[in-house]
Amino acid sequence: MSIMSYNGAAIIAMCGKECVAIASDLRFGINQQQTTAVDMKKIYKIHDHLYVGLSGLATDQATLAQRFKFRHNMYELRESRKMRPETFANLVSTMLYEKRFGPYYAEPIVAGLDATNGYKPFITGMDLIGAMAPTDNFVVCGNNEESLFGVCESMYKPDLEPEELFEVIAQCILAGVNRDCLSGWGGVVHVISKDKVITRTLKGRMD
Amino acid sequence: MPHDGSGPTTRANWSPYDNNGGTVLAVAGEDYVVCAADTRMSTGYNILTRDYKKIDQMSDKCVLASAGFMADAVTLKKTLKARCTTYEFQNDKPMGCVSFAQMLSNTLYYRRFFPYYTFNIVAGLDAEGKGAVFTYDAVGSYERTNYSCQGSGQGLIMPVLDNQLKTVSPLVLPAQSSATPLSESEAVDLVKDCFATAGERDIYTGDTVEIWIINKDGVRKEYQELKLD
Amino acid sequence: MALLASGNVSAAYIPDRDERGGFNFDNVARNEMMSQNGLKFKAAMKTGTTITGVCFKGGVVLGADTRSTNGETVADKNCEKIHYIAPNIYCCGAGTAADTEAVTGMIASALELHRLATKRKSRVVTALTMLKSHLFKYQGHVGAALVLGGVDINGPHLFSVHPHGSSDSLPFATMGSGSLAAMAVFEADFKEDMTEEEAKEIVARSIRAGIFNDLGSGSNVDLCVITADKVDYLRNYECPNERTYVRSKGYDFPPGTTVLNRRNFMTATAATLPVNQIVDIIDGAPEDVASGDAMQTD
Repeated sequence: MSIMSYNGAAIIAMCGKECVAIASDLRFGINQQQTTAVDMKKIYKIHDHLYVGLSGLATDQATLAQRFKFRHNMYELRESRKMRPETFANLVSTMLYEKRFGPYYAEPIVAGLDATNGYKPFITGMDLIGAMAPTDNFVVCGNNEESLFGVCESMYKPDLEPEELFEVIAQCILAGVNRDCLSGWGGVVHVISKDKVITRTLKGRMD
Repeated sequence: MPHDGSGPTTRANWSPYDNNGGTVLAVAGEDYVVCAADTRMSTGYNILTRDYKKIDQMSDKCVLASAGFMADAVTLKKTLKARCTTYEFQNDKPMGCVSFAQMLSNTLYYRRFFPYYTFNIVAGLDAEGKGAVFTYDAVGSYERTNYSCQGSGQGLIMPVLDNQLKTVSPLVLPAQSSATPLSESEAVDLVKDCFATAGERDIYTGDTVEIWIINKDGVRKEYQELKLD
Repeated sequence: MALLASGNVSAAYIPDRDERGGFNFDNVARNEMMSQNGLKFKAAMKTGTTITGVCFKGGVVLGADTRSTNGETVADKNCEKIHYIAPNIYCCGAGTAADTEAVTGMIASALELHRLATKRKSRVVTALTMLKSHLFKYQGHVGAALVLGGVDINGPHLFSVHPHGSSDSLPFATMGSGSLAAMAVFEADFKEDMTEEEAKEIVARSIRAGIFNDLGSGSNVDLCVITADKVDYLRNYECPNERTYVRSKGYDFPPGTTVLNRRNFMTATAATLPVNQIVDIIDGAPEDVASGDAMQTD
């Protein structure tokens, strides 16, 4: 069994028109067998316009989320400003690559709006040693990437308004985890736009 | 080591299987069935041919689509076709789709411990003229469904079909039709889109998708170009 | 005692251990333990790739496809494989994606400092030596296969660098899983002293050979033309692999399609508020505000 599917996760981020959305499932399993918790969000808030989703080994997710937040807070204190999503993604990438030969078993997705550039959407995926893949449409990660890629590739459309984007990403995460035993149990979606973040929890299969 | 069969025998590096990739898919409607497969055959990072037909007609209103190891698929289809012909001579009628599905299961299970490395879908019209799709594993476990997808693009396509074609469970009483609510042209539209999606993300799916449509008027084929990379 | 008591000793700046740079092996023992317990390591993203380069009269042309794969699925359909090294030097990368990005980034930074110190344009051989000594030091564990090209005071140069640190100086070079398909094009049609247009054409054709004949390579053609007086980074020079079919019916999910659970809420962001005004922003996980005064969206 792969370390990356020890706990199970499914995360998607999508760009919309002046907004981004990031979604994850809620299951927290152990050793592929046991569902230990059904309300574990894999998305962490860095600041109002910047979220990071982490899939992979839960212990490393937690450690990394704390270290990211710490590094962001230090930056904010030193520079008296929030980090831009792109800057943060580069920070994440270097922090992961530092451990090239003894990596954390977690793959991050960074989603945010760049306040210095007219709240332009920014999303990027990464592998566990920090190879960045920024795009302007969607990124996925988790133990069943294929399903997520399939639904997103079919259903994603560019330039969606926040409400439309929510429906698409919600349908994608639910359809994507439908046949995946290691993730599911509903989901959570954050739609981040300039002046508000809307968080919704999704009803999904409970098995 | 004595060569009388008493000692342990090992055969170094004997690997009789290959995976030639490819995706097959079928959708059943009330009075039609759509069966599709891409025409790429590959091994490793190489394309062997861009024009390999994975769907074969087995009897009147019944086709078999196989992905996986093509040498096994060819052998399997040859055997099944011979049996279909024998059946037709002996019974004076072509083999029905449901019977063929059972025969395929038997044929696969017969090789339980040296299986045909093929992933099959049978598509056809049943005795009442309703669309029927049967989906298999490599050793003959099978199930009648209203849509299915197998092969290298399965992971990409299946959740899309689930999302678009999910219908009432066949276990619900009173029984309701489990055929897809889409019309024939809508189903073909969806199938083409699914293959375009798989072609974007699966390296083993591409070139062309061959689509068979079976309805009361007979059998017809359509082709749709896919990406060549 | 008195010495120790004086509180006036200003501590030298000791960088945070996170800021010191270099590789960190803290997790190695832990990961080794996990693998002994039967958990398999996850391989990093590798790019099945076609990268090529050719020297022509007065410059070099570098080329790359834009597919990045993760096993048999495509992880990124339009990634950038031609990396910046210096204003007059670029480098194509194949192999482990993170390694090609990191190693080219590090050498680009080192050369920038080197230029500031020496007040001279960087030379391609300098970049080459820095790259290959880094790769040799890591004995192939840094999995980067590179095609390095540029124009300096000594004219155009093209090198291929292997993951263990060996290198070749060549008139034309190919690397990656599509290197054989691409090399076939050069072996058939390479000429000395081609014009810029001829060079661009043959490089684009070699990349296309990789894109269409190697499953690890795909999508678009990127080119980078470097001459003594200019650099043309031609991102997506050719896009021969557009999606062939889009569902005419589309996928439509009108608002209200998705069934929600009860915990849905809206959070104000800093952009909503006047500058410098301190306001309690409703924050945290849904549970924290379930009973609070967060705005309900439905």
